[in-house]
Amino acid sequence: MMRALLLVIVLFLAAPVYGVAVDEKPLADPAMEAVARALMKEIRCLVCQNQSIEDSNADLAKDLRILVRERIALGDTPENVRSYLVDRYGDWVLLEPPLNRMTLFLWGSPFLFLAIVAGGLMVSRKARPTSEPLTSVEQVQLDKLMKEARQK
Amino acid sequence: MIPELGHFALIAALVLSLMGMIVPNVAIRRGDTRMMALADPIAFGQFLLVAIAFGALTYSYIISDFSVVNVAANSHTAKPLLYKISGVWGNHEGSLMLWILILSLFAAAVALRGSALPLRFRARVLSVQSMLLVGFLLFIIFTSNPFLRLDDVPFEGNGLNPLLQDPGLAFHPPMLYLGYVGLSVVFSFAVAALIEGEVTPLWARWVRPWTLAAWIFLTAGIALGSWWAYYELGWGGWWFWDPVENASFMPWLAAGALLHSSIVVEKRDALKSWTILLAIVAFSFSLLGTFLVRSGVLTSVHAFAVDPARGVFILAFLALVIGGSLTLFAWRAPRLSPSGLFGLVSRESALVLNNILLSTFAAVVLVGTLYPLILEAVNGSQITVGPPFFEYAAIVLMSPLVVALGFGPLLAWKRGRISKPLQILVPALIVGLVVFWAVIWKSAGGIVMTGMGIGLAIWLMVSVMLEINDRTGFSKKPSAFFKRARSVPRASWGMSFAHFGLAIVILGVTVSEAWTEEVLRLMKLGDTARVAGYDFTLEGVKPIAGPNYTAVRAAFLVTKRGHPVARLAPEDRVYSDPPMNTTEAGIQPLFVGDLYAVIGENAGEGLWSVRLYFKPFISGLWLGAGFMVIGGLISLSDRRQRVGAPSGRRRRRKLPLQLEP
Amino acid sequence: MTGFARYIPILVVVGLLLVFLKMMGDGRNPKEIKSVLIDKPAPVFVLPALEEGGAGISNADLQTGKPMLVNFFASWCVPCRAEHENLMKLAYEKGIPIIGIAYKNDAAKAREFLDELGNPYAKTGLDRDGRTGIDWGVTGVPETFLIDGEGIVRYRHWGPIAGDTLEQRLVPKMEGLQ
Repeated sequence: MMRALLLVIVLFLAAPVYGVAVDEKPLADPAMEAVARALMKEIRCLVCQNQSIEDSNADLAKDLRILVRERIALGDTPENVRSYLVDRYGDWVLLEPPLNRMTLFLWGSPFLFLAIVAGGLMVSRKARPTSEPLTSVEQVQLDKLMKEARQK
Repeated sequence: MIPELGHFALIAALVLSLMGMIVPNVAIRRGDTRMMALADPIAFGQFLLVAIAFGALTYSYIISDFSVVNVAANSHTAKPLLYKISGVWGNHEGSLMLWILILSLFAAAVALRGSALPLRFRARVLSVQSMLLVGFLLFIIFTSNPFLRLDDVPFEGNGLNPLLQDPGLAFHPPMLYLGYVGLSVVFSFAVAALIEGEVTPLWARWVRPWTLAAWIFLTAGIALGSWWAYYELGWGGWWFWDPVENASFMPWLAAGALLHSSIVVEKRDALKSWTILLAIVAFSFSLLGTFLVRSGVLTSVHAFAVDPARGVFILAFLALVIGGSLTLFAWRAPRLSPSGLFGLVSRESALVLNNILLSTFAAVVLVGTLYPLILEAVNGSQITVGPPFFEYAAIVLMSPLVVALGFGPLLAWKRGRISKPLQILVPALIVGLVVFWAVIWKSAGGIVMTGMGIGLAIWLMVSVMLEINDRTGFSKKPSAFFKRARSVPRASWGMSFAHFGLAIVILGVTVSEAWTEEVLRLMKLGDTARVAGYDFTLEGVKPIAGPNYTAVRAAFLVTKRGHPVARLAPEDRVYSDPPMNTTEAGIQPLFVGDLYAVIGENAGEGLWSVRLYFKPFISGLWLGAGFMVIGGLISLSDRRQRVGAPSGRRRRRKLPLQLEP
Repeated sequence: MTGFARYIPILVVVGLLLVFLKMMGDGRNPKEIKSVLIDKPAPVFVLPALEEGGAGISNADLQTGKPMLVNFFASWCVPCRAEHENLMKLAYEKGIPIIGIAYKNDAAKAREFLDELGNPYAKTGLDRDGRTGIDWGVTGVPETFLIDGEGIVRYRHWGPIAGDTLEQRLVPKMEGLQ
């Protein structure tokens, strides 16, 4: 899902004061809840194939959602929470790969490949033999041939 | 008895395809045209034998013959008939049988074209197809034989993943495989051309309809898979950049690039090495996908069960086929003479730009998909490359492409020299745009990206319509529209439809991503929740039973300002064999967007956990894909595309040669 | 395409094939995430005891000067049953002290599990909500950590210590620490 594009608005009409929480209780402050939900979309579910903790039913995903909410409520920034999880599980837990020396090639690949391909094309255009203008002798010969062809 | 027949047919097919691999090459070496002509009946025979084997397996599934190991492991008497049949390809062995069925089908189709392709070339192409078939048959017979029998016949089978018991998913693999395996023909054409040592504009004309057909199937297959995920997985997601999804996206991109670059080969006799390389790479992506799903190197929701022996076999096969063809390419590429000139601002250049961007995108998706594996192999560290990376790449590379798609069809062919400043300006403009978008993406907020997405989509739609207007003179003389429309070549209409379809897809993605509204809460019977101006009332929840599951079905009434709009009936299903729990969303597509409801668990005290969504214009995704498929089919029906010979209509005017200007 | 460019595709493919070959070796499970705790001090933890009225466990229990194992288990976990025999062997035949942490388990059920299969643990703790598990980077049970005498994590065994993984993996690591 496009993180940059997504504006997920979670509406709560009445504060649910029912005893049993099936979906873990959302944070009281809707702004904080929105921050927490956006962050959850960036954390990988560790026991699923390629899902975030936001859209997984796994137990561990649920535990991590509770953890994320707790820390946001305590005042952690999303960056803090990410570091917290990376300290325990490694870079693997983030869906967005970090930008460091090892991933420079990855993040730069669109530009690198564009440069290589475009460069290669430019080079091959220059290398192609272009036709030189005719010498005056050749031009006269050509005129003569054209005249003969028209007369036929 | 039937499984034995199938097994025998497989072995016979192996023998025949070995002949099909060797005989044409021997014939060509000897210059023996009668022997070359054997390639056609061999291709038909291959298909017949493989079809018999596939039919035998299917029959075993239909009658639930559990003495066959494959049927016992993957089927169940309680499954509805449609899913017994689709269960044939829902497992490793059966999916390989589908592969070879389609592989031999396409080989037979090439043979059927008959004299449209010269005999020698056709024989080469068919020999390459047979070689591929030999590889797969060896793999099947020796490591993945679907006809193995059990002495102790079980009373009941092991059932099938309930997620796969679904109409959308029944058709998704065959459609995709038609696309993947269709690219094998394109590959064979490329390898044959390399062996022969030349690529002519005629070759490009032959190759295009096959590329187009494969591309159409891939588009439909990918769209079906996304649509299935959307209505099945319960939160409306439709693309996850999962490694195997990427493995279907890369051939689609490569096939798209190939379609456009073969036009340049045909018109200008240029870009030959590049086009041949693309043809090889496109099919290589298909093979890579097959490998990733079965080898166990990557985790994926699509992965079949893993067996190391199989993984190594496929890897060896990949090494031979891809390695061999690329070695052939490296060796023979210098023989493909470049020629044909075109200006920097011309339709050819726009096509080249299209190629650059699509191929770069395919390469970047490949890098992103394999990066975790490569990094772990090199220094042991584990990272995840997830949606944020792929979305970044998509925006950076596809935005300039959409801009170019608007310009391209309006440009004239082979424009001559234009003034120097303009020549310099164009590449600069492109580079500038690419950087501009990368910067915007990293820094800007959601509304800028949304605006850009919608802007690009509208730009493309308008430019397609302007181009149609230009060709048919609609704005100048509306009454002549239909007459002129008929004389516009079908390939042009196909292009317009396909490009328009892409614009609709972009619009659908942008609008739904930006303005989807979601409500998660607990509801009692009679409660109402408001989502995006619509009122969802939970009217009832009742237990139901299906053929092989029990479920809880909710009834929602959706109203807007008191007027009823729709009724939704989401379900929460529990399957027994194997035990599994799935949700079926209740969806009502409206023109403006989808109403989407999911029923979850019973929270006690009469409360149910529900998820309600309004997803604006998400149908644009399916509608746009439909337009693209229609566009492809229209193009395919253009006779100029399919025949090497001139088209049926004779030219009315026939000028004597010397009077031509 | 002339010159060096035409060799690029085949070279790329050869590179990828080597990567695949390497990553397909040796029973590698693509779902296994490596532990980031290796060669770092064990995470700080304080847990109540599993048995009623017992003293809890904490990092102090790891500073014994001798290598020991920390094993995360649960009564609802099927592979934990499979590895239990090996744990008993390690504890009683080889004399390795093992600390058991019941992960997301009901205390009574965990005690029943140990009564039924035998208790290889020198000390036990209860991680009811799984937070300690998260601190240790645990993604499921069973997982076993080898701690050296100073409380530094040296090795993490993912999944059950069953069959020959005991001999092939864990024992050499332990011997390396003696």
